[in-house]
Amino acid sequence: MIYLQLFWSFLQIGLFSIGGGYAAMPLIQAQVVHSHAWLNMSEFTDLITIAEMTPGPIAVNSATFVGIRIAGIPGALIATFGCILPSLFIVSLLTFIYYRYKKLSVLQSVLASLRPAVVALIASAGISILLQVALGGQELTMANLNLIGLALFAVAFVLLRKFKWNPILVMCLCGAGNLLLGLLL
Amino acid sequence: MQGKANTHTLAQLFFSMLYISAFTFGGGFVIITFMKRKFVDGLHWIDDQEMLDLAALAQSSPGAIAVNAAILVGWRVGGFLGMVVSVIGTILPPLTILSVISFFYAAFATNPYVALVLKGMQSGVAAVILDVVCNLGMGVVKTKSAVHMVVMAVAFCATFFFGVNVVYIILAAGVLGVILALTQHKKGEAA
Repeated sequence: MIYLQLFWSFLQIGLFSIGGGYAAMPLIQAQVVHSHAWLNMSEFTDLITIAEMTPGPIAVNSATFVGIRIAGIPGALIATFGCILPSLFIVSLLTFIYYRYKKLSVLQSVLASLRPAVVALIASAGISILLQVALGGQELTMANLNLIGLALFAVAFVLLRKFKWNPILVMCLCGAGNLLLGLLL
Repeated sequence: MQGKANTHTLAQLFFSMLYISAFTFGGGFVIITFMKRKFVDGLHWIDDQEMLDLAALAQSSPGAIAVNAAILVGWRVGGFLGMVVSVIGTILPPLTILSVISFFYAAFATNPYVALVLKGMQSGVAAVILDVVCNLGMGVVKTKSAVHMVVMAVAFCATFFFGVNVVYIILAAGVLGVILALTQHKKGEAA
């Protein structure tokens, strides 16, 4: 039963994430945190952090992580299979069509309309992770606000946007910075 | 889609994918660059233009870009078996690495020092994601298409403030895309 749920959830993630790793993030959040409560928001944020730090697609990383925690190794395999199954069918079909007709124009124009929606979904997931950093799931009061976390976020954002630093390096520095400040304060 | 793969080609495909997948940090676009370097420049299995088309297909299809690209290249190089071998090579490294991490995660996350590091890294992740959002959002604004900007604003409000199911938002945008494509097609015919 749990295997079926894992398979079905990750099948949907595989089927509806269009446009790369970040596009899968809001779908994973919807399935894993909201629909099934397999992870809480804090664990989900850890998962995204780990997925960013390790090679491989976010969807496959998440399928493995959630699958193992919910149902061991078989769970990981089933969830991963679920998330690549739609690709296996759809991309194989597209490969066939491409080599037959070598035309992509309709697909491209559909993609152009999907892109802004996907950007909005990624923005929403990003902001909910920022809220998790700032408040840790508590309600909004001055005392609950994680000022160090917000300061690290601001510095990281500037380093990435203005100075184009490597994202993994920036994340490691944030981790080290928080450890240092946590030990000192 | 030639499907004339011998064992040597399949093995080469498998280990190339395994290697690329194990050492590529930073998402689907990066992995496509590495695949180009290997299969176009290194092994000469695929030509330049074809690789660009495959990249476009991998990005436009649902699912992880790396897996999609592996399916495309696999079919191209070794038919059905090539596709299977290529996909397994691609998902094996993340499957293994994340399995190991999730076994240690519980012990890992309760350690106060690790928790501090993870917590700090979350700030970094939020910054990385919102930086990507700025780049992508800027790209949408630059198209100067009012429709696309409205889609972006409506989709954001729907998911963030009203909690509308993500799947419905993607379906709605997809349907809109089909409608736009059809009307533009008609206009093109009339002109």
